[in-house]
Formats: sequence, C-alpha cells, structure tokens
Amino acid sequence: MTDQPLASTPASPPAGQPATPMAREIIARGSLLQDAKNVSVPLKAAGAVAGLVFLTVNAAIAYIVIDGRLDGEWYDFRDLGNAMARLRAELDDTSAGPWLSYWVTGLIGGVGILSFLGGFLLIGSWIERRMLARFQIRVGPDRVGPFGLLQPLADALKLMQKEVLTPIGADKALFLLPPVLVFIPAMLAWGPMPWAPNMSYLDINVGLLYVISITSLSVLAIWMAGWSSNNHYALLGAMRTVAMMVSYEIPISLSLIVVVLLTGSLNLGEIVAWQGEHNVWLGALLPFAMFTFFFSSTAEINRTPNDIAEAESEIVAGFHTEYSGMKAGLFLAVELGNALLVGALLATFFLGGYTAFGLEEWIPPYLILAAKAGFGYFLFIWLRGTLPRFKIDQLMNFAWKYLIPLSIANVLIVAVEASIAARWDVEGIFIYGSFAIVNLALTVFAVRAWAKVIGYTPDLEHPVGPRFASKIGGLEAAREIQGGT
Amino acid sequence: MTNASEPYVLNIGPQHPSTHGVFRIRVVMDGERILDLDMIVGYLHRSMEKLAEERTYTQNIPFTDRADYLAAMSSNLGLCLAAERLADVEVPERASYLRVIFAELQRIASHAMANGTLVSDAGAWQTPLLYMFREREKILDLFEMTCGARLTTNYMRIGGVAFEPPPEFWPALQELVDELPDRISEYEELLTQNEIFIARTRGVGVITPEDAINGSLVGPALRGSGVPWDLRKAEPYCVYDRMEFDIPIGTTGDVYDRFMVRLAETRESVKILRQSIAGIPDGPHKTDIPLALRPEPGEVYGRVEGPRGEIGFYLVSDGGPAPYRFHIRAPSLINLSLLREMAQGVALSDAVVALGSMDIVVGEIDR
Repeated sequence: MTDQPLASTPASPPAGQPATPMAREIIARGSLLQDAKNVSVPLKAAGAVAGLVFLTVNAAIAYIVIDGRLDGEWYDFRDLGNAMARLRAELDDTSAGPWLSYWVTGLIGGVGILSFLGGFLLIGSWIERRMLARFQIRVGPDRVGPFGLLQPLADALKLMQKEVLTPIGADKALFLLPPVLVFIPAMLAWGPMPWAPNMSYLDINVGLLYVISITSLSVLAIWMAGWSSNNHYALLGAMRTVAMMVSYEIPISLSLIVVVLLTGSLNLGEIVAWQGEHNVWLGALLPFAMFTFFFSSTAEINRTPNDIAEAESEIVAGFHTEYSGMKAGLFLAVELGNALLVGALLATFFLGGYTAFGLEEWIPPYLILAAKAGFGYFLFIWLRGTLPRFKIDQLMNFAWKYLIPLSIANVLIVAVEASIAARWDVEGIFIYGSFAIVNLALTVFAVRAWAKVIGYTPDLEHPVGPRFASKIGGLEAAREIQGGT
Repeated sequence: MTNASEPYVLNIGPQHPSTHGVFRIRVVMDGERILDLDMIVGYLHRSMEKLAEERTYTQNIPFTDRADYLAAMSSNLGLCLAAERLADVEVPERASYLRVIFAELQRIASHAMANGTLVSDAGAWQTPLLYMFREREKILDLFEMTCGARLTTNYMRIGGVAFEPPPEFWPALQELVDELPDRISEYEELLTQNEIFIARTRGVGVITPEDAINGSLVGPALRGSGVPWDLRKAEPYCVYDRMEFDIPIGTTGDVYDRFMVRLAETRESVKILRQSIAGIPDGPHKTDIPLALRPEPGEVYGRVEGPRGEIGFYLVSDGGPAPYRFHIRAPSLINLSLLREMAQGVALSDAVVALGSMDIVVGEIDR
C-alpha cells in the first residue's frame, strides 16, 4: 500500500476536462453543425445543384398552379385520386368490363397505403428511440447506418433469427393467430382516411362509424393472445386491456359524435372539407372533445400514461409476454402503426386533416396530413418520455366518473350550437369564433364544477417538503412531533 | 352459472423488471388484488459471512463492496469503524473528513438511484432515472479518479482511507457541490407536483411509526414514517458531530414521504459536503497498521448510517488475524420484511411501487 494514487489510475486530465474516457468521448462527439462543416466540396456542389433544381421545380409548379392548368387533371400530383380516376375511366372504356378497373385501382391503392405504413414502421421505431433519447439526455441508436437509421432493420433481422417459442400448455391455434390478427384492424382503419379531396381508398359515407368499429376489433386479438398464452402476466395484461378498451370506446365515440353534430357528416372526407371550407380546425371549436379523443386514444393503443396493459414494471410485457422473436416484433410494429393511425385520425377530426388554410393548394395535401399525423406521433413520444403511469382503477375512474359525464354534457352543448349554426345564417367567422370562446370557457368551468361535485381536490396543499426533526429519538419523539403539528 | 373467481399464485421474479435484482415474491392474487405474499430470497447468496472467517480484516473490505453494491463506500466505512473499535486503531482527522466526504457522495448517488428506480416503477419510462444518473455519473467519476473503481470502490482502510484524492478531485467536487442544489430543485419541480406521481404514491404503502419501530426499519424508510432517528446524529461517528445538518422526516409514512425524505437528505448531504470541504485539515490520510491485524479477543458491533439505513457489522475476534465471526446487519433485508404488511390487500401496481420505495439491494439481502 502506497501513499500515492494507484499506478493504474489514468493520467489526470487537464483541468475542466471530464475525468473518464466515456465522458470525454460523449463531450468530444461532434454536433450536426460541425459534421456539416466537414462535408467535401463535390458534395457541397451536388447539394447546391439539387437545391437549385428543387427551387426551379417549385417555381414551375407555382406557375402551373396559378395558371389553373393543373386542377383536376390526371397529372395533378397534388391529388393522386385524379390519376386514379383517369386510369379507371380508361380501363372502363376497354372491353374487359368494370371488374378490371375495380381490381387494378384497388390493388394500387392498397399497395400505396401498405407501403406508406411499411415505410413508417421501418423508420418509426428509430424516430421514437432517438426522440426518447433526446428527452432522456442520451444519444440513442446511432451505430447502424447513417445516424443509426438502419437500426429498425437490424432489429427486425435480429428478431427474425430468434426462436419462436410456444409455451407448454398454450392453446396452439389461438396462440398462433393474434400477431397476425392484430394487424388487420390496424391496416383496415386506414381505408377511409382522406389524403386529399379525391384521394381516399374507401370513400364510404359512414367512414367515422367504420373507423370506430374497426379499431375496437383489435381487442379480440389481444384477448386471444393473453388467454392462450397460459401465463398469468399475459392474462392480467389482456384483462386490463379489455376492461380499458371497453371503457374508453365510450368517450371516444362521444367525442366523435360531437364532430358529426357540427359538420353534419359521417364521411371523413366531408368532415375535412368542412374544416377547409370554414377555415377552422375543429380542435379550436371543440377543445374538450379533442382532449377526450387524444387521452382515450392513449388508452386504446397502450401508450403512456395509460400503458397499463403492458406495464413493464408490473406485468413485464402484458399480453405479449410469452411471444418471442418476430411474433413479439409484430405486436410492437402494430403498436407503432396504431400510434401513427391515431395521429392521423386526430389530424383528420380535429386538426383540419389535409387542409392547412389554403396551403393545400401548393403543397400536396397528403404530405400535410402525413406531417400532422407525425405531429400526433410526436405527442405520444413526448408523453412517453414525460409521464408516469396511471393505476388501472384510477384509469377506470377517470373514464366513467369524469370523461363520460362531461362528454355527454359536451354533446348537449354542441347540439345546441349546431342547431344555432344551422338555423341562423351568420358569417362563419363570428359564429364559429364565438363557439370557440364559449366552448373553451364552458370546458374550463365544467371541468372545475364537476371536480367539485365528484369531490376531487387537487391535494396541492399537502406539504410538499418533508419536515425537519429538531431532536433525535424513537417512538416518543415521533409522537411528540406528530402531536406538535 | 356462478361467477366465482378463485385466487391464483403469481411468481414475481426471480427475473422481473421491478424486483431490483434476483429476488422472488410468490404472490397469491385475486384478480388484481394481492391476498398474500411470500418473499423468497437467496438467489444471490455468496456465503460472504462464512468466507470472511478465512480472511483478514483488510481482506474482508472488498466483500462489503459486493454486499451493498450501490453504496460500497458506506459499507466499507461500517466494517472499518467496527474493526478499528475492535483493534483500537486511531484514525487521523483528515482521514475522517475524507470518509465523511465519500460516504455522503455515496449517499447522494444511492438516493439518486433509489428515487430514479422508484419513479420508473411508477411507470415513468426511465426518464427520471436517467436524469438522476447524470449526477450519479459525476459522483462515480469522482470515485474513479480517487480509487480507480466506480462501483466496488474498496476505498476505506482500517485506520484511514486507501489513497489521497488526486489534485483534480477538489475542483471537480466543488463544481458538483455547486450545481447539485439546482439539480435537486429540478427534480422537485418535475416530480413532486406531478398529478399522476402523487396519485400513484400518496397513501400507498403506509407504515405507521409503531409498525416501523416494531419492524425495526432503518434509514429513509423509518424516517419516512416520521421517526427522527439517524445514526449520524444519534451516535456520531467520524466527524459528523462537527457538521450542521437536519434530519428530514415524513408525515404519513407513505411512498411519497419516503421519496421526499430521500430527496431532502440529498440536500442535507450537500450541506455536509460543503462543511467538509471547508473544514478538512492537512495531515496523513491513514495510520499504518500491521499487515495482519490481530485484535485482542472480544466482540464489537459497529454501525453507520448508510443510504438504506443502519449498516451494522458484528465482529468477534479470537485473537487471530481473521474474525471468528463476521455478520452483516443488512438494512435492505430488514426493510424488506415489511413488504408483506404493505402489500396485503392492495393492487399489484401499488405493491410494486411500495417495494420500489423500500430501495432494496439484493446483494445485501442475500450476501
């Protein structure tokens, strides 16, 4: 034993430098800006050329748009539905009959939606992990490919190589089906989504009803997974999911009924068109419905703060505890897809869908919708990085004691407003402006009043900091302090 | 058809995200409600106390690192204090100050870990944990530059400490001490007023002062129940009698109180660190002792206030170089014993949070 520090202690770093190699590496890691400064000259030139081409193309587009030559033609790329209609007309002219156009256009649209979703699944988990890392002062996956972009691919490859186990005592058939079944509603729900005025795969007049019913089907697959796993954690997770989904269907439906009342249509395309026509987002008119929809959706798709169906710290992975390999991967992929789906629905119902106050004339509307759906997805990531988890009884209480009564009141209020809007022919901005103000005020008032009725107090008066003991002792000292306050 | 439900048995652990190690709870449940539970420990048993009877007192110090691997410095200190009392070894004043500094740093690091994992158990997906790891990293950096190890430090020696901290240690420590109060305020703002966190922790896992004392709880778990007991005040060792600090205690004894007590203790530790930095004298950092220390026959029970509570070392000497009997009184094991009372009749989610609030370290439970 010597008086000196260990010989193996690394040479002391200069003052102000972090001591450990890992800390030094983290700090020495360059920022994106520094990376950009190191780009080689040919690459810079190529970038400049690409930028110029982009600007020229945009100018050309602007010219055509102003000229009005583009509107509704098959080459109007702002609405891919036009091209489809042209193709359909061409095919109908042939002698093959209507079935050909039906199948061809159906196939193209289906492949389009599936490739959009598939592309998102490829990038979505990377986005989520990198963003969560930002929230958590980490770096996140950055090793596979540029900025770690290929990480989801690597994950999928790893999952595919893993053994797919079936637990002893599991119901084989029921255990096999859910990872596939859970995909079906997640895909089908994209059908009636309006991407542009004429661009909707399944333009049905009961689109909203269709979305609500299709999304509630996923509970069946989850229950099958939990039941067939022969595992208590899975069963608990499945029971929680079923209880939660059944409860939260109601506030979701009530919050969407409000949208129907005001717009007068169940067709998703018409709901969006209504918002574009009146230059208003329904979220501004119906703040409470938007909140209800968003919060209930977190419960429906198992995201924080309502991810109790797969609460990691309590029931490990919930209903998919026993699934391994790519089967578990499918469940995770569906979760990602559902988050984007809810983002897109939120955008469609409350954030103006593909419209953006006239901007949709210039930018392809489907890109606007994708951006808004991405914003919804970001909100989910944000919540996941921020909030703790509710307990199941708290969650149920919140649905049945708060959301549902208040939603019913909201339906009544908006029904009155909708009849006012239908009867009196007033300038849109005045009537909808006053609705927005009245609804916001009523929401604040109703939430506070209802909390008082229910007997809920925020409990913020509870002493936040602990007390400090003036003397040391056992039970008597504890009693003395308790009695003294 | 009747709708009767019957209780079922659920094994939580040995591998489970919230058992904080290899530890198993056999729970009898009715739906989501816990009817009864058994705690099954021993998966990490390494027979430390028996092995220690074959080694000298100094050779036993690394065992204490591996008992409570989140508070190695405090465990080191406990054994060294006990052995010094047994062998009548004088400790230089500078060494005592260094011991206080490192024990308090360890307390901050351990409490950061405890509170972070508690919030993680409540469902906040690792964000608070990683924020608290930011401070823990800096403390572990300080450990690394002093003794080369981050977790199993093996730093304290009988008669002092192993090494003098390097010159760059002191500015780094000062910087840490300066920024810690802001960081703690950050956690207070983020968590203590969070509606969901309050709903999950208040009124959960309540332990009354009577139960706490009957269950012989120690540390923040005891103080969270409102019993003002802290060995640093009650039975000052090292130079704690010269330090000015307060003992935070809880009001109701629930999970929230234990969380707040840990957070407040971190503040108090910063106070102690400030005073130690100001008051540390020059001088030797240890006294030389024989390689094989042979204490007079006798027995001693030395104890310190570790992050998890009283860490006690019961040593019996028969005059030989190795202890005749070596026993660790592990705070985690004793705090854990009240889990059954806390978890009976509550939901699984509450039991997980209650377990998280006891801040167990399985290495210390099983030894």
